Amino acid sequence: MRIPSLGAGLVLAAGAATAGDLPELTVITYDSFVSEWGPGPAVEAAFEETCECDLNFVAAGDGAALMARVKLEGERSEADIVLGIDTNLTAEAEATGLFAPHGGTVGDLDVPVAWEDETFLPYDWGYFAFVHDTSLENVPQGFEELAESDVSIVIQDPRSSTPGLGLLLWVKAAYGDRATDIWSALADNVVTVTPGWSEAYGMFLEGEADMVLSYTTSPAYHLIAEGDASKAAAPFSEGHYMQVEVAGKLASTDQPELADRFLAFMLTDAFQAIIPTTNWMYPAAIPDAGLPDGFETLIQPAKPLLMSAAEARAARGPALDEWLNALSR
Amino acid sequence: MAERAQPLGAAGAVGIAAAAAIPLLILLATVAIIRVAEPGSGLTQADWAAIRFTLWQAFLSATFSVTLAVPVARALARRRFPGRGALVTLLGAPFLLPVIVAIFGLLAVFGRGGLVNSGLGMLGLPQISIYGLHGVVLAHVFFNLPLATRLILQGWQDIPSERFRLAASLGMDAGAVNRHLEWPMLRQVMPGAALVIFVICTMSFAVALTLGGGPRATTVELAIYQALRFEFDLDRAAFLSLIQLAITVFLALLAYRVLRHPGFAPGLDRPLMRWDGRTPALRLLDGILILFAALFLLVPIASAVVRGLPEVLGLPQAVWVSALRSLCVAGASTVLVVALSVVMALAATRLRSQGSWIETAGLTALAASPLVLGTGLFVLIHPLANPESLALPVTALVNAFVTLPFALRSLVPACRTIESEYGRLADTLGLQGWVRFRLVVLPRLRRPLGFSAGLAAALSMGDLGVIALFADPDTATLPLQVYRLMGAYRMDEAGGAAVLLLALSFGVFWMLDRGARRADA
Repeated sequence: MRIPSLGAGLVLAAGAATAGDLPELTVITYDSFVSEWGPGPAVEAAFEETCECDLNFVAAGDGAALMARVKLEGERSEADIVLGIDTNLTAEAEATGLFAPHGGTVGDLDVPVAWEDETFLPYDWGYFAFVHDTSLENVPQGFEELAESDVSIVIQDPRSSTPGLGLLLWVKAAYGDRATDIWSALADNVVTVTPGWSEAYGMFLEGEADMVLSYTTSPAYHLIAEGDASKAAAPFSEGHYMQVEVAGKLASTDQPELADRFLAFMLTDAFQAIIPTTNWMYPAAIPDAGLPDGFETLIQPAKPLLMSAAEARAARGPALDEWLNALSR
Repeated sequence: MAERAQPLGAAGAVGIAAAAAIPLLILLATVAIIRVAEPGSGLTQADWAAIRFTLWQAFLSATFSVTLAVPVARALARRRFPGRGALVTLLGAPFLLPVIVAIFGLLAVFGRGGLVNSGLGMLGLPQISIYGLHGVVLAHVFFNLPLATRLILQGWQDIPSERFRLAASLGMDAGAVNRHLEWPMLRQVMPGAALVIFVICTMSFAVALTLGGGPRATTVELAIYQALRFEFDLDRAAFLSLIQLAITVFLALLAYRVLRHPGFAPGLDRPLMRWDGRTPALRLLDGILILFAALFLLVPIASAVVRGLPEVLGLPQAVWVSALRSLCVAGASTVLVVALSVVMALAATRLRSQGSWIETAGLTALAASPLVLGTGLFVLIHPLANPESLALPVTALVNAFVTLPFALRSLVPACRTIESEYGRLADTLGLQGWVRFRLVVLPRLRRPLGFSAGLAAALSMGDLGVIALFADPDTATLPLQVYRLMGAYRMDEAGGAAVLLLALSFGVFWMLDRGARRADA
């Protein structure tokens, strides 16, 4: 018994030694990105094939909590790249002065906005939507209808989660000064507010609520991965707010070149082809093979909504206070 | 007896320094918080909501716990049955039970897919949700109903059995006994029990973290956590900490005034006979009450064990690593508690009547809730180092502070007794310093020391408070790991990890407590 285990120990030690020789690139991201069914494992394998490095993903809650961690760690951060904030937070992130310009030229992108950001690069995008089981009757077609119904929803906290923040700005973009009224009316529909998307979606799947704030692309997961057509996204008459997810390089990185290579890799087919069926979002640069079968069944919002990074930053604080006040009553 | 001159000794000096260091550290943390705190535009509507929710849920939890505890305690007081002793001991178990394990169990019973909702579903009744106010109160009653029952049962046992004898000879029925003996006792005991539970519930973080939901069900402590971890707003976290500190200190002072009851003149300690309870109806009622209380306590734990036990061996490596981390934290915390409480107890003994401030110094650790203390340390550490890199030492330290008052409570009287019984003999034999401690004090201190060490280890093992504030994704302790697995809805693994945590918490307590007793025998 002793000899094989000693042998195994040596093999492990040798493995550790090789890994130790390679430069290490640390990417902090949100929980669902690194989960075993998320894009993390496949992206790691694909990048490590060519980079001669050790790519290391670290999960730090949902996207907005990621921002808090970046501020908390400041220049002491051991991370090289932050992946998983969205355009609603890029202005705030930029203002911390902790990020370095990506320095690359942006090729053809398939994101629904013109890309001019010099610090952050997009890797995928999608539309927020409330997802429900097709057995739900009288599916609400808008926020006012939802508020009047007794349909229960799970949403995410806008302070810790990018979908939560997206919903906040969705209501703001659609209703402006009436946003407070909408939230007050929605308060009794909200079963609970979770810190992140994973918790909320899990609760929905366990039957804790009729609808969950997620994406128009979420039903594709059930259809493609599970062969289950019973989930659908409800089209809302106010239009659907969009999310463009981005990554950026930290100025304090000790691997600036490797970090640049990762950002460039992010927009190649090798990375982008992984996104639709692991992160269940639209890729930022559609790979040559196109979108997987099943994506054509998804609803296409007639009226996309999105605030610019600067608008989103200005709107966030007041909208957050409105939200807190309306829901704490 | 004249006080003999007692050299303070090295241990005594260290004890005094330790006793002084505790309020000093609390003060330092408070000053750090005050310096950073930014009231901004004062209390927002959401802050008021958090304060209201904190007090309201604590009020409801205390009221339900105490009200439900009265009939259960009365049933236990007037019945003798096999297993009664075990049941009373079991009532002490929730104190050691890791909160996250209990919550896993409560979700298995009261959650959407749980036993209660399945039952309601079969009867065609509407489902209940465990999230929000009722979930928080339910979990608090689960933890505090046993505590209230024990406190009130103690009140019953303090009524001398002669009084019941007299009542019986006067021909009083249950109602009259209640009016003349039980109600006056309850009027004294209930407010104290309710206040203790109220204070505990204003400081309970993990329950609000897991079962509270959204701005409507946010306690002040949860708001501190959110300010720090969601928004990294140190100013706000510090400001909220001051609010929490004000609440705790106010309640602690109130409790200090209320918690002094005179009690009955002692009787002859004859076995209690309750002639008034000998009607079949009352027997049935008491039986049902005891059964329900036992089920309420046992079913959630049993469901957690049933769900988790088969998963334990298949747990992923990350869970085992976090278990190891938790054991290290618990070990460090225990060593700290033992060292601090022994030197402080020795100092208190040497200082004789002037030594009572030492115990009070230990109590100040309770004035700042663990989360407030954690925030203070966070604010102190942040300019110097990444607080996340100190997550485990800080957790061990804060956990030690929380247990210290309990350890002192049992060690100080024990040390005093040893000194008064063996001090003269030891003096005559010229035993001083380490030799005196090893030969005279330590063997007689073993039991309370083992109990305190067990308590420190178990509480630290199960803690889900400061660690949530400090930990980065890579340094989770086992309770945090269970919380994260539950968040990711990996319920099988969460169950397995919960059972592991349960076994480790009670295991370390049993080992230290029993170990000390066995060495004693």
